[in-house]
Amino acid sequence: MVSIIKSRMLEEMKLQSGQDPACCYQCAKCSAACPVTAAMDLLPHQVIRYLQLGLEVELLESRTPWICASCFTCAARCPRDLDLARMMEGVRLAILRRREGNMFGPANLSPEQLAKLPQQALVSGFRKYNK
Amino acid sequence: MRYRYFPGCTLKGQAKKMEETTMAAAGALGIELQELPDWQCCGAVFPLYEDELITLLSPVRTLAAAEGDPLVSLCAACHHVLKRAQELMQRNEDARSKVTDFLEVDYNGGGRVLHFLEVLRDDLGFDKLAEMVKKPLTGRKMAAYYGCLLLRPAKVMQFDNPENPTIMEDFLKALGAEVVKTPYRTECCGAYLSVTEENVARDTSSRILDSARQVGAEGLITACPLCYYNLENCAGENDGKPVKIFYFSELLAEALGLTVEAGSAKERTGEVLP
Repeated sequence: MVSIIKSRMLEEMKLQSGQDPACCYQCAKCSAACPVTAAMDLLPHQVIRYLQLGLEVELLESRTPWICASCFTCAARCPRDLDLARMMEGVRLAILRRREGNMFGPANLSPEQLAKLPQQALVSGFRKYNK
Repeated sequence: MRYRYFPGCTLKGQAKKMEETTMAAAGALGIELQELPDWQCCGAVFPLYEDELITLLSPVRTLAAAEGDPLVSLCAACHHVLKRAQELMQRNEDARSKVTDFLEVDYNGGGRVLHFLEVLRDDLGFDKLAEMVKKPLTGRKMAAYYGCLLLRPAKVMQFDNPENPTIMEDFLKALGAEVVKTPYRTECCGAYLSVTEENVARDTSSRILDSARQVGAEGLITACPLCYYNLENCAGENDGKPVKIFYFSELLAEALGLTVEAGSAKERTGEVLP
């Protein structure tokens, strides 16, 4: 319980995403619905479990929040009406707001990629990985 | 029928085809799409934290610029961002006053925010559309691909049933096509992961194409330039008969008997070439 009380990320998350991980009863429908679990190290329902336990460090090091593409399928299927996409955004922002500089930018892409990718992909990608 | 029209960045670039074919079709259907002056990119993704107000400036500016008239977009992402920004403006008074004060605009969350498919379904009507079809797509096996952004979150988007939508199939039927359904029609294509995690986006898009092929679709329609890109990117890779990717508007223009030349929309809007 100590870690839950201490978790600043969790408090920020409840306030800014309007989601309370404590509501989740771990049915894992989100993980069943998610189309990109194959590339994740933590399954979506495990992310919520880690949030419940206040395991901040593990979450901040996880690959999962960066694989989440905000497709909102998890939220559509959640029987507790939780929006996990907002919580994933919370983990990403906890990292982005604490670090200096951006995580990903045009410099990370080849000229071929920049020419080929549609504007929408570039704007979305840069927005999700940058402050 | 007159609407304010928000194109968004990709419609003037990679997805020009969607704008050109829509403009031609809208003209034939008596739908006037008046492009907003000095519009700017919507931001492409909706900010999921309530204190991310800076990213709301652009969509709210667009919503205010419509001056209460119905606002139409074609890109699924633009529509998603505008619709959710509007809902946030209606729901969160504090965010609304901060954003509108900063922008120095008067916006109270009003006005209809529509995707062009909704205009066809709700304002024109698919029955009427079917009557106006000149060259029906008879015998063409087409599948609808909805993706995420038009459908979810359903409470805000109010576009269609998020698990069992029908609007795109009804649209295809109105054009005279033979509709086939793929179980992956509401699954994510991988979205912007094609920028950072290309293999993940390839997996998701391949699954969608495979399922379309299995149900015998010769083509797949989408309303999202990013879905189009991701699907198109994998379209040639899989075994079997290739599935062709279309913007919904390409088939609309075709069924209305229109031939759309590349570059035609630009001339119509009188935009000055650089």
